[in-house]
Amino acid sequence: MNQHDADGSVPALRTDRLGRRYGKVWGLRDCTLEVPAGAVAALVGPNGAGKTTLLEMIIGLLEPTEGQVSVFGETSRAGTAETLARVGYVAQDHPLYRDFTVADMFHLGRAMNPRWDQKLAAARVEALGIPLKRKVKGLSGGQQAQVSLTMALAKRAPLLVLDEPVSSLDPVARLEFMRDVMATAADHALTFLISSHVVSELERFCDWLIILSGGHVQLAGPADDLLDAHRLLTVPRATPDADLPGRTIHRTDSDRHSAVLVRAEAGQLAVQGHAGWQADPVSFEQLVMAYLQRTSTAATTGNPAPAAEGPGPNTKAVSR
Amino acid sequence: MFRFRLDGSSGVPPYLQLVHQVRQSLLLGYLQEGDRLPTVKDVAADLVINPNTVVKAYRQLEHEGLAGGRPGQGTFITATSSPVPPAAQQDLRASLEAWLRAAEQAGLDHEAVTALIAVARQDLKQDIRQDLKEERVR
Repeated sequence: MNQHDADGSVPALRTDRLGRRYGKVWGLRDCTLEVPAGAVAALVGPNGAGKTTLLEMIIGLLEPTEGQVSVFGETSRAGTAETLARVGYVAQDHPLYRDFTVADMFHLGRAMNPRWDQKLAAARVEALGIPLKRKVKGLSGGQQAQVSLTMALAKRAPLLVLDEPVSSLDPVARLEFMRDVMATAADHALTFLISSHVVSELERFCDWLIILSGGHVQLAGPADDLLDAHRLLTVPRATPDADLPGRTIHRTDSDRHSAVLVRAEAGQLAVQGHAGWQADPVSFEQLVMAYLQRTSTAATTGNPAPAAEGPGPNTKAVSR
Repeated sequence: MFRFRLDGSSGVPPYLQLVHQVRQSLLLGYLQEGDRLPTVKDVAADLVINPNTVVKAYRQLEHEGLAGGRPGQGTFITATSSPVPPAAQQDLRASLEAWLRAAEQAGLDHEAVTALIAVARQDLKQDIRQDLKEERVR
């Protein structure tokens, strides 16, 4: 089955009303999203948001309870070799066999993947200065991450899913790993989906943003467009949300002013004519944090959510 | 070879930072027509940023007529540099320094100065927009 975009291109990844239930609890529900080919997409969300559930369904390790995943237009079937081969996966803890050498790991990769590219694998570790004969347990954390990424790349999968790839690395190894990922993205026509907790660093890496919370997609789309569609308003404290342009995402009230992050269409954000109002562009981090701080339910469906406990006594998250 | 930098705390989107740097460098004469910009991969690896961001910045520069891609060779500066004439630059700088001194004497700190400039700019923009509207009405 082929599913095309409005412009005729097939998205690298599409999930359609995807859901997974664990007993009575939904780990993820009604998740519909798209990542275009060639994007570097960031997946952010608090612990328990459903990120791992989503990633495991995307890579074909977990069967959806409802909905489906397609990768480059092909519907995925969990557990089949064909689906598993189409998505490269770098897991959080870079699971490698500690007593295997790097060369052994590559043999394993070749045995398990029909399109395994041994040349690419060997050239990459050589360029990175990692000896093929070294055992995995003798490698640094950064090198293990590199070998893990190399294994995923050598599968020749067009979509790569990286689950918290740098969370176990020190800052220098983290930077070097991401430098390698960015150079690889420039060299090959690959699509990346990267989950991460390090919000402050994500802006440099991703051009597509997916915010997941409470088992639902809160926000998804091209990062620059999403930034353009939000403003941080500074208004007198008494100003009710109803008087503000756009939709209030997050509000912080101080003694005299309120800082309100709103979502609004272009042109809707005019604050001229309101003395004491100011509209500023939002930073990537402000945007992500505003969505992460609001309550989990139903931003996309527009259901009212109860005010959440914010980080400070004067902070409340609102949704309407 | 020209090198970009990235200020992570500025709040300005990375692609715009790259565009601004080329514009500024042209204005100040650091970049000139015919200069080659680094490859997308080099910038991506150097700054550890998404290559699509670099592509977007280069496209914007092409759109503004400041740079152009030559197939297989890279992206080159195509604009005849039009730096601010030294005399004008000197005059503007002198009056700005005088203003900054006056602001300091009036007790404005760095942040207050920045805020005041931002507000004045905003007002000026609105005035210009207002003028344009009135002209159209006439």
